[in-house]
Amino acid sequence: MKEVTSQADAAGGFDLTQFYGVFFEEAGENLSSMETMLLEIDADSPSDEELNAIFRVAHSIKGGAATFGFSDVTELTHELETLLDRLRRNELRLRRAMVDVLLEAGDVLKSMLARYQANDADASAAPDTRDLVARIRHLATGQSASAIDDGRRRLRVRVGPLTDGALADNLAELFRDIASLGTFEATDEGRLSPQGLREFDVTTASADAELIELFSFHVSREQIQIVDLAGTRRADAGDTSAGAPAKTGDDADPGYGFFVDPQSLPAARKGTQTGSKPKAGKAVPAANLESSSLRVSMEKVDQLINLVGELVITQSMLTQQAKNLDPMTYQTLLSGVVELERNTRHMQESVMSIRMIPMSFVFNRFPRMLRDLADKLGKSIELKTVGEATELDKGLIEKIIDPLTHLVRNSADHGIESTDKRIAAGKPAHGTITLSAAHQGGSILIEVKDDGAGLNRERILAKAKERGLPGVHDGLRDPEIWALIWEPGFSTADQVSDVSGRGVGMDVVRRNIAALNGSVELDSAEGYGARVSVRLPLTLAIMDGMSIGIGDEIYILPLGSVVESFQVETAKIQTLGGTGRVVKVRDSYLPVAALEDVFQVPRLRDEQEDRARCQIMVIVEAEGARIALLVDELLGQHQVVVKNLEANYRRVPGVSGATILGDGRVALIIDTGGLVKRARH
Amino acid sequence: MGVMDKFETTAATTHEYLTFRLGGEEYGIDILKVQEIRGYDHVTRIANSPEFIKGVVNLRGVIVPIVDLRLKFALGEAKYDAFTVVIILNVANRIVGAVVDSVSDVLEMTAADVKPAPEFNAMMGANYITGLGTVKQGDIERLLILIDIERLMSSPDMALMDSTAA
Repeated sequence: MKEVTSQADAAGGFDLTQFYGVFFEEAGENLSSMETMLLEIDADSPSDEELNAIFRVAHSIKGGAATFGFSDVTELTHELETLLDRLRRNELRLRRAMVDVLLEAGDVLKSMLARYQANDADASAAPDTRDLVARIRHLATGQSASAIDDGRRRLRVRVGPLTDGALADNLAELFRDIASLGTFEATDEGRLSPQGLREFDVTTASADAELIELFSFHVSREQIQIVDLAGTRRADAGDTSAGAPAKTGDDADPGYGFFVDPQSLPAARKGTQTGSKPKAGKAVPAANLESSSLRVSMEKVDQLINLVGELVITQSMLTQQAKNLDPMTYQTLLSGVVELERNTRHMQESVMSIRMIPMSFVFNRFPRMLRDLADKLGKSIELKTVGEATELDKGLIEKIIDPLTHLVRNSADHGIESTDKRIAAGKPAHGTITLSAAHQGGSILIEVKDDGAGLNRERILAKAKERGLPGVHDGLRDPEIWALIWEPGFSTADQVSDVSGRGVGMDVVRRNIAALNGSVELDSAEGYGARVSVRLPLTLAIMDGMSIGIGDEIYILPLGSVVESFQVETAKIQTLGGTGRVVKVRDSYLPVAALEDVFQVPRLRDEQEDRARCQIMVIVEAEGARIALLVDELLGQHQVVVKNLEANYRRVPGVSGATILGDGRVALIIDTGGLVKRARH
Repeated sequence: MGVMDKFETTAATTHEYLTFRLGGEEYGIDILKVQEIRGYDHVTRIANSPEFIKGVVNLRGVIVPIVDLRLKFALGEAKYDAFTVVIILNVANRIVGAVVDSVSDVLEMTAADVKPAPEFNAMMGANYITGLGTVKQGDIERLLILIDIERLMSSPDMALMDSTAA
């Protein structure tokens, strides 16, 4: 971790670790597609399209690596890019050798990425890319590494082990004597390597076999190794296995030398042991780079969810129809229907879980924000997060970011006191804001807690009176007073800062959360801090609903907001001030809303009289208040797939969405929050 | 209509129009805006919406609003039976159903067949009418009112969309 974070810090001090996974996955996909393309490409006549595609791959890996500060990946891809750029501009002609080098570079990149992914801090295990880079550069400059135009090849010849390095100089003599052979230059200044080897760069038109034949005048055949600098091994007069490029582990024979640096051979010599290490280590992490996840577009997932929703509807329709069948005659069919129900439910759960992402996605953006905020406010604030692994629907996650940001800002600005005040109050100098997330039943509970001053009862009361809010008096209980801060435009801040205090906040927060079918609560203890609890459904797409009938129409009530239901005699409903109606439930009076009026359900006259005697009342709770809804009948409880009305239509007051019933008809889902608000004002 | 638009209309060889009847009038809309044609059933009423918005239906899992153009333009008789036709339109990235008296046919028209509509005052604002087409079938000449269905459906007075409905 250490190395990775330090590099990431260098990239701009911003914690990017959360995006690593995405980058590794993407880079892994990119590399394998590059490999596929390279393997398929026709080296003699590559199409521009293919070259461009490969170039883009290298380019995007480079971009990502640079962002995350993986400098060695960036450097290597930069070299690749240079080469590929010239290729795609047709400044260079693609050759087999280039494809080989590109493939090799791909392998090295893979092992580099795998190392970062595994957080392997051991820098010495990093693959040595100098030789590779040099070869890529060489190719990119347009010089042929091995095939010089007149058919000459550039070779590296290794001779040894020898007891006397001067023996090999005899070979150089050969070239001097036979001018047509080509050039023969020592790369090691005449010294023997620790393994007793000598190395030479050779440019020649002769075949390997001829050279070996020639060299064997002075040294034994077993001691000669010829490596084509294009990376393709041409001949190995000695032990053939020594030349297998894939050979790994402790190889005393340095001759396989795929990774030998032409610029600094002596150094490479010394490090044959370490040089072989990355190769040995490569095989293992490379396997880890295999992606264990799949990136799929949201559209496809949503389509799947839609289809499963349809399946659920069909299934519930079948179940309903099957109820009328004779269990004796249709036993197998009925058990099949039960099976179908179970399988559909499992399927629905699995499909829904695709959309779930961990809360860390939201929480991770706060440390940075809070640090800046604390600097700006001159406060010292620590952030604690709990339950980052809690999963929530992606749609919800995206929509909860703004309200949460607001709450955290509020805590930092209004909640946490200045350092001086904190010390004076005997608190630790730095304030703490705790963000937590946890599953609770069918919902998720997100809390923003601070150990600041808490809400000031007097100040809120004073402000509320000043603003002339209705129903404000000194006798209000604490929760009622806290509820005042959710009023539009309410702010107790003495000064409007650019952080918060304009009073546009809390009511928006509440509205946003309510729009997600969630609720928000506030607790505060003066001097000890405040806590805002946001409760959200796990997903927006599926909801437990209670279907109710009004006239011929069916509506769905979110089950979460239903408190109780009972039959009531019409006489028990009293009017209040002419239009308002209340009903006494146990010891309190609740406002009554007849859904028939709210939704203007058409009715026949005699029907109206019929239902005048007895009605069903459903108590719902939303926004911290209860109201009683008058309905005709309760039809049942079931899970409904929530559909958006706004996708093709627009927002409808009193309706939060729609769903499709077992018979294919659309039923509207009642927005209880909106109804409560309407009934109470 | 800009110069380019005019140029394009003339340049385009033919356009295909789906024609439908509202009362005694015949209308044509760009066939490319039409997704499908289906019968009228099971519309779920939406409270507090204009009379011509009949409600929403389930179109293979998608909630689609249904507009009765006969009510909107006070043309024809708004009765609903087995023969009532709904044209499912794909306009402005939305799916909307439009109830009409009947769907006639698909006609190909060249730019030369289309004449500009004269200035007039009508239920359907003249700015939704792109032109008047003449169709000859034997000796009978039919008048076809060509409308820009996308503009019509996304107009504020259709009250179908949030941005414009406000």
